Amino acid sequence: MNYSVIDTGGSGFLKSDALLQGASRDGEVVVILGAEAGKAFGELRGTDKKSAVLIELGMECLGVHTGEFRGEEGSNVLGFARFRLGCAEPSKLIELVRQPCTVVVAVAAAKAVFEGAGLQVAVCGDFVGRIIDRLVRPYYNAALRRLDEGLATADDMDTTLKLGLGYPEGPISLMERTGLEHHYAVTQTLFEAYGDAAYAPARRARVAHERAIAARAAQAERNTPFPKPSGNGID
Amino acid sequence: MSEIKIVGVAGSGTMGAGIAIVAARAGFKTIVYDTQQAALDRARKQTEGFFAKSVERKKLTQSDVNKIMDGLSGTTRIDDLAACDIVIEAVFENLKVKHDLLAQLNKACKPETIFASNTSTLSITEIAAGSGRDEKCVGMHFCLPAQLMKLVEMSPGLRTSEDTFRVAWDFCKAMGQIPVKTKDNPGFILNYFLVPFNNDVIRMVEAGVAGPADIDRAIKTGLGYAMGPLELLDLVGLDTHLLVAEALYASTHEPRAAVPALVKRMIAAGHLGRKTGQGFYGYQGNAMFGG
Repeated sequence: MNYSVIDTGGSGFLKSDALLQGASRDGEVVVILGAEAGKAFGELRGTDKKSAVLIELGMECLGVHTGEFRGEEGSNVLGFARFRLGCAEPSKLIELVRQPCTVVVAVAAAKAVFEGAGLQVAVCGDFVGRIIDRLVRPYYNAALRRLDEGLATADDMDTTLKLGLGYPEGPISLMERTGLEHHYAVTQTLFEAYGDAAYAPARRARVAHERAIAARAAQAERNTPFPKPSGNGID
Repeated sequence: MSEIKIVGVAGSGTMGAGIAIVAARAGFKTIVYDTQQAALDRARKQTEGFFAKSVERKKLTQSDVNKIMDGLSGTTRIDDLAACDIVIEAVFENLKVKHDLLAQLNKACKPETIFASNTSTLSITEIAAGSGRDEKCVGMHFCLPAQLMKLVEMSPGLRTSEDTFRVAWDFCKAMGQIPVKTKDNPGFILNYFLVPFNNDVIRMVEAGVAGPADIDRAIKTGLGYAMGPLELLDLVGLDTHLLVAEALYASTHEPRAAVPALVKRMIAAGHLGRKTGQGFYGYQGNAMFGG
């Protein structure tokens, strides 16, 4: 499947990734990458002539870029995101976002592009948090809360969930490794979207967030040039 | 060196039989009690089959197995557990059933015998309250299949003595298991996290956010899990999930523990998972198809 890439910068993909390496100047599919992918899509013309137009998403819904109408929205435009847990390496997973009336051929074309680049595709509806964040964030929150409540030590909780369920890593060490502040950012967005207490950032994530804000403020202060004295001119 | 020499296991279902294998394999004289001789016979046959595979895979010799089986016996007479140093109960997950059993064991066993419960959702303190010796009761939750899984969640009840917990902990390690200590909370660690997570996954299917195969692929690829949550639910069986989830919800009243309506609809339709050939996936023999 021939495809072209428009990279607006700040994408989850690197220049060396197979997806970018395999792109051509023009193609049946247009992949728009980066933080400004939605804006770039808005400025693109002739998108209806393509098999599929794929917009890289952040936490937002695809409908923000395409518009929605009575649950009948959907075209050849899909959203996607490469799953990455905090500061961990990006995974091989692409969450491919479709709308109720997205054309089947466009889904197939999108899958062909990503799978051709060695990625795995999971198709989902247009919901905040898509599949993984929506499912695992309440679990991570609960683990952090139960740690506070002394259910078990951090090591025992991790050991139990690894040995008992075959998970590759326990939730506490996973949060420590990938960043509690990132967990805060994701859960805060989910909480605002769904209003479900299960998504409300856990206390430990809030603490990490507040400490990160304080650290950034301190850093900014250190980087500010020494202010000139505003005295009366007597030195 | 464990202070435990003779082990009793009450209940010879899947969990009881597995726990008995663990104890007997570690060299403890093990007596399995059940009210039904047929259940004991079935468990014995399954145990022999398990050890035959162990020999086939060269994990044990036939001589090892003969020795283990010599130390493993079954009985329908509760008085035969009198000399046990510990009795691990693995009977139906119902407080009254466990209280009735423990009351009988309290009469039958010596005063020093420790009673351990394999409950996965009920409170150890509440179970112990019906034992007549609550300072001698402790939670020992083995994972399924017990004969293969090393983890044991160990919980003291509010009145469990430190000595009881220590002896049970050392015994657990002497069996070659890995104990972890948890508070006496509903679901302990495993089920407290697993049941709501699985409910969330089922609700995601119910809401049409994504199909079972897409959800499983996302979780396996994105998080490195060996098995997708819906594959696991099909393996466990939706009827079993319902029982555990209802018990957890009754204890916690946490919204995520509440069983999604789809579970009851699937059970009504006979879609229990692998055991009926249809769950979130369809099955033909052991092979999975569709999704």
